[in-house]
Amino acid sequence: MKVLVAVKRVIDYNVKVRVKPDNTGVDLANVKMAMNPFCEIAVEEAVRLKEKGVASEIVVVSIGPKASQEQIRTALALGADRGIHIETDEEVQSLEAAKLLKAVVEKEEPKLVILGKQSIDSDNNQTGQMLAALTGMGQGTFASEVVVDGDKVKVTREVDGGLMTVALNLPAVVTTDLRLNEPRYASLPNIMKAKKKPLDSMSPADLGVEIAPRLTTLKVEAPAARQAGIKVADVAELVDKLKNEAKVI
Amino acid sequence: MSILVIAEHDNSSLKQATLNVVAAAKAIGGDIDVLVAGENVGAVAEAAAKAEGVNKVLVADNAAYGHFLAENLSELVAEVGKGYSHILTSAGTTGKDIMPRVAALLDVAQVSDIIRVESEDTFVRPIYAGNAIATVKASDSIKVVTVRPTAFDPVAAEGGSASIEQLDIVKDAGLSSFVGEEKAQSDRPDLASAGIVISGGRGMQNGDNFKMLEQVADVLGAAVGASRAAVDAGFVPNDMQVGQTGKIVAPQLYVAVGISGAIQHLAGMSDSKVIVAINKDEEAPIFQVADYGLVADLFEAIPEFEQELDKVCS
Amino acid sequence: MERESMEFDVLIVGGGPAGLSAACRVMQLAQEAGEELTVCVVEKGSEIGAHILAGTVFEPTALNELFPDWKEKGAPLNTPVTRDDIFLLKNQEKATKVPNAFVPKNMHNHGNYIISLGNLCRWLAEQAEQLGVEVYPGFAAAETIVEDGQVKGIITGDMGVAREGSEKDGYMPGMELRAKYTLFTEGCRGHLGKRLINDFKLDEGKDPQHYGIGIKELWDIDPAKHEPGLVVHTTGWPLNESGSTGGSFLYHLENGQVYVGLITDLSYSNPHLSPFEEFQRLKHHPEIKKYLEGGKRVAYGARAIAKGGYNALPKMSFPGGLLLGCDAGTLNSSKIKGSHTAMKSGLLGAEAVFEALKEGKSGEEITSFQKRFEDSWLYKELYAERNFGPAMHKFGNIVGGAIAFVEQNILRGSLPITFRDTTPDYATLKPASKCKKINYPKPDNKLTFDRLSSVFISNTNHEEDQPVHLKLTDPEIPLKDNLPKYDEPAQRYCPAGVYEVVEKDDGSGKKFQINAQNCVHCKTCDIKDPAQNITWVTPEGGGGPNYPNM
Repeated sequence: MKVLVAVKRVIDYNVKVRVKPDNTGVDLANVKMAMNPFCEIAVEEAVRLKEKGVASEIVVVSIGPKASQEQIRTALALGADRGIHIETDEEVQSLEAAKLLKAVVEKEEPKLVILGKQSIDSDNNQTGQMLAALTGMGQGTFASEVVVDGDKVKVTREVDGGLMTVALNLPAVVTTDLRLNEPRYASLPNIMKAKKKPLDSMSPADLGVEIAPRLTTLKVEAPAARQAGIKVADVAELVDKLKNEAKVI
Repeated sequence: MSILVIAEHDNSSLKQATLNVVAAAKAIGGDIDVLVAGENVGAVAEAAAKAEGVNKVLVADNAAYGHFLAENLSELVAEVGKGYSHILTSAGTTGKDIMPRVAALLDVAQVSDIIRVESEDTFVRPIYAGNAIATVKASDSIKVVTVRPTAFDPVAAEGGSASIEQLDIVKDAGLSSFVGEEKAQSDRPDLASAGIVISGGRGMQNGDNFKMLEQVADVLGAAVGASRAAVDAGFVPNDMQVGQTGKIVAPQLYVAVGISGAIQHLAGMSDSKVIVAINKDEEAPIFQVADYGLVADLFEAIPEFEQELDKVCS
Repeated sequence: MERESMEFDVLIVGGGPAGLSAACRVMQLAQEAGEELTVCVVEKGSEIGAHILAGTVFEPTALNELFPDWKEKGAPLNTPVTRDDIFLLKNQEKATKVPNAFVPKNMHNHGNYIISLGNLCRWLAEQAEQLGVEVYPGFAAAETIVEDGQVKGIITGDMGVAREGSEKDGYMPGMELRAKYTLFTEGCRGHLGKRLINDFKLDEGKDPQHYGIGIKELWDIDPAKHEPGLVVHTTGWPLNESGSTGGSFLYHLENGQVYVGLITDLSYSNPHLSPFEEFQRLKHHPEIKKYLEGGKRVAYGARAIAKGGYNALPKMSFPGGLLLGCDAGTLNSSKIKGSHTAMKSGLLGAEAVFEALKEGKSGEEITSFQKRFEDSWLYKELYAERNFGPAMHKFGNIVGGAIAFVEQNILRGSLPITFRDTTPDYATLKPASKCKKINYPKPDNKLTFDRLSSVFISNTNHEEDQPVHLKLTDPEIPLKDNLPKYDEPAQRYCPAGVYEVVEKDDGSGKKFQINAQNCVHCKTCDIKDPAQNITWVTPEGGGGPNYPNM
């Protein structure tokens, strides 16, 4: 079966983000970019499915500027077979991303689509669910285990207070949580081979999707610094404050 | 304006987060209806009807909604919600699962995890794991919003008297089924999601002394964490680390014991609602972020803290 | 253990200005000759530029040779130097501006650019890739392959090894990368370069290498105080208080930002000295503070520089390869510039290797390299400034500076004597008990900061569960010798808070703690430890700082 994995280019998780002095956004000039960590987990899961003989082909898709091809190449080096790049320099919000991916799904007809549960830049946690809605597929979000069983996929989900397992008809959408797997390293020979794997590039217009953002970011600010509170004299006063002032115990 | 709040519950009781979301709805303004969807949810509906500021409680009671499957619930919410200007729910795992699906069915954008309401269409939300705060304006006619419950003080659970209306809408998409669930068994909550965290630093001096923190944690129902210095010194395992390279936590109460407060640690806990620092060095940077600071020898203060809490919490 | 292996014509270790210039040049030569070559660059940083730290006022001489059309190609040289100010800081309040007429010729920067060397390297890597070079960041060269007395390539570091040495899930053994010729361009005190110098006795008959530690910050400043193109250098305070040498820089680049930094010569003798804190307090000097006040610190980094110059420059060829750039020590310390010289050494290395390959050689020492070097402007430049560093060390910044002035401006490098400086930097410390303690002010968190909040904005990260990459030959020495004698200077010379002397868990005494995760790969410990007991080796590839725009 064919597996489609969507990956996003984001600021590297090691880089401390810095809000631009004019509050228009976060400074991305010359900072290290990388594949969104949840997307790495998605790629890894697809590769493991292929290694188990469950998946036959892994197609990786990314939406974004030209440089997003680096992340597609990384996914190819990790074991994906083929790449699709939807090139645009415009801001793509979740709903449009889902519409673009829907168009890819209609073309590629994968049995399983795996995405990260959220990207570490916009922290939206929306695209997978929206894609599932638009394509009429079931969704297994925040997955910590994925087992394909005949024409169904069983997904164990990380939910508040524990785990919940659902069975979804295939084709289905799965979004990954952190504990699903530990992504592998790309080896040098695989990075070299990845350069030769096929990568198709297209525009949103090619897919018949118009980019028309519904949300406008008015400003981006650095979080307010915490202020020092008070010093308490002893433990009794501390407990009293926690109970009667802060009301947290 | 009319706002639909999707109640968070477990079929038997209303989760407090719903009261926080109603508070966010009040901040937007307008009539507030609450949708309780689930199976055998009579008690939940009654609880929701008592919440302050609620106009009407809509109840969709059907086995199709019993396990909160997103495929089924989203169709219900989209159908009920299309008559409202706003649809809100808590940004818990259920809300995060369902709401984007609702938004897509309605062909509108979603605003995730808001921490403040600026106006009926403008909201404030953290991005980049809270390292930046964005103010966003939504242009769709229906605003689909998830709310970070801890950012809004809950409305009163009692005192309201909303009417309760049963809905006869059954949506079973037939795409998914419930297989099973496993509640977290640990006596102590998971560090990343605990409501109270008590963490030790290098001031703990060794791993054995962390037992003192565990005893306090047992009284509070708290999780136990550690600073990187304590992990590096080999006192406790790496999975207890709170900070830049460890877990990012934002509990209601964070108690830092013998932690100096290096920025690497602050990066992992400074979104906590209330921070307590206990440290014998009054110059320690942790006091610059603590709401309550106690300058004391932790080996004297912690046993006493445990005793005092025992009195208060039992 | 069975390792995978790959073969190239030319392998380059380190994606800095020297390595990338060499990579581009060798490909250019191959294309001109209509030949196909395989050229590979490995880089331990997570991306090209991640570990690059330099001033930088950049002299475009070598870049002009490599890419005469660099402007059209979009090289990030955006801010021409418009003005040079030099101040002699007398104490923490007073300063004297050095009149232009007395500024040594090499300190004039007309025609140079204020740049981010990291961004220049990112651009060079793009050019290299377009020329067909394989560029692999995130792969550290951990070992050399030496067979039959010839360097045959390197072995990349293993990935996925636990702290105590066991293999974790996802363990990936390092690979052999073999090449006809391997160029080592690791930068100052490269850990393989250090071994090659020893193993092939490349420094025989040379003075010991001398080093400085440069600590640098990037600031957003008040637009009203910003003057793009302004270059400010200072010498004197605060280092002169402890009889140490070095100097500071403050460069106004584009986007309302400035670079500010201090280079402390590692020949300092007072073990109480902390280069980090010297730099922090420097920012309180009125001549520096007037620019930074009201601004915001954006990034931090530190890196050792090799500044021994001509007298300390080792032989650069050995069987199977060349040692180039700061890995050898081609920096011109009187100009405080090493980027153009590193690039030039890379170009010369590429030309020498290409010629050798054309002659069908593989692994034989390229003995003609020395002649090629001596015929170049690089050699002339380094020879002419050979007395600068030793004079500074011998006579201090002020008299040394005067000698430099006379030599550079009047004698034009033809002084018939050569000063030598034969004490290595690790041997210069005096006992702590004989030196004055230095009381550094506490950070104010406006202009000055502590180490950990500084490391935080260097974006440094290492996989936590991996072997400590700072190796102690004798684990007893820090507490047994260094602590009583020198109050363990590692606690202070390390600009990242890697080394600490802390109380033991059970209260039974002290222990020497190594916080390897904080390491910004500056190599100062490897250089300055008085017992030469600390060896810096490569951590897992991709670890270390992630410098943006530095």
